[in-house]
Amino acid sequence: MSGLSTIWVYLAASPLTWLGATLAAYILSLRIAAWLGNSPLANSVFLTAAMVIPLLLLTHTSYPRYFEGAQFVHFLLGPATVSLAVPLYRNLAAVRRSILPIIAALVAGSLTAMGSALAIAAAFGAPADVLASIAPKSVSAPIAMELAKGLGGVPSLAAVLVILTGITGAIIVTPLMNALGVRNYAARGFAVGIASHGIGTARAFQVNDTAGAFAGIAMALNGAFTALLVAGFLLLR
Amino acid sequence: MIDSPAKPLRPADWLAGFTVLILCQLAGETLVQLLRLVLPGFVFPGPVAGMLMLLALLTPLGDRGRPIIAAADGLLGILSLLFVPSAVGIMQYGDMILAWGGPLLLAVLGSTVLTLVVTVGVFLATEAWIRRRQG
Repeated sequence: MSGLSTIWVYLAASPLTWLGATLAAYILSLRIAAWLGNSPLANSVFLTAAMVIPLLLLTHTSYPRYFEGAQFVHFLLGPATVSLAVPLYRNLAAVRRSILPIIAALVAGSLTAMGSALAIAAAFGAPADVLASIAPKSVSAPIAMELAKGLGGVPSLAAVLVILTGITGAIIVTPLMNALGVRNYAARGFAVGIASHGIGTARAFQVNDTAGAFAGIAMALNGAFTALLVAGFLLLR
Repeated sequence: MIDSPAKPLRPADWLAGFTVLILCQLAGETLVQLLRLVLPGFVFPGPVAGMLMLLALLTPLGDRGRPIIAAADGLLGILSLLFVPSAVGIMQYGDMILAWGGPLLLAVLGSTVLTLVVTVGVFLATEAWIRRRQG
């Protein structure tokens, strides 16, 4: 028995174990989503995290130790962001035709994302540091953490809210747009990219390439626009 | 269309495509760091700068860009996997979520629904306005 526990001590400390667990849980989440007829409720980021987190808690594995293995997956976010050039290139004609809708929807969506989150949280009496952490919740995590810090918020809380916003948008976008009767996939993709950054963009690519391309543009523009708004606010304050 | 595969890609082509993605990111990060020397307060994600560089490369590359397109499509096909390590990071903030959970979840949900509706509405309304103006 002590031999087995020695092996476990070795395995739990090895990055390979947690890289393997992440990949296996993700593939299982895709299977589960397929069984459920690819329902948007079966979001693969959510399902995979919901499998991995209990495993880590049961084995008393800390997040930094988990990340030693998972970082190889996390690292690919950089090249994946560069890859967004390809769907953008394929849809360049549609994007050129939609310059005005893109600019108008960016400004309206970005302001709504920040303003409504602030208003709802403030209505519940959230303190200033919580408000500063929720304001940039719709942009990707590295940008949101930097902006939250600049506004006097808590970067780690901002990162949690970014992830929750991403998963929420990815789950509700398809049923919401279907209920609204929106058939324009450029508009649908753009909306989920503004509201839910990369996780929303990942969902858009599962639906269709045009939606994915517009989501990618929306995510990049919203990151830049939100950073500009926050910089302007800090200058004027 | 250059994305319709004429010939199957060799493993070395796939690697070359992935290498271009990495080099574009590296060039983007370098450019942002250079700009920060002039403008210290400048915040811009390096990978997005890399994406703009790749976009500028794809048109002149034409058919020679096929390996890059294959590598990029491969990565984007598993994009949701790449967010799992960050999502698992939520486990560190159980106390924070329990303390502020209700209001924060409500703010996230309410704001996300509103943002989706407003963004799609303004996008479609602007498109309709342009179409009307063009007659």
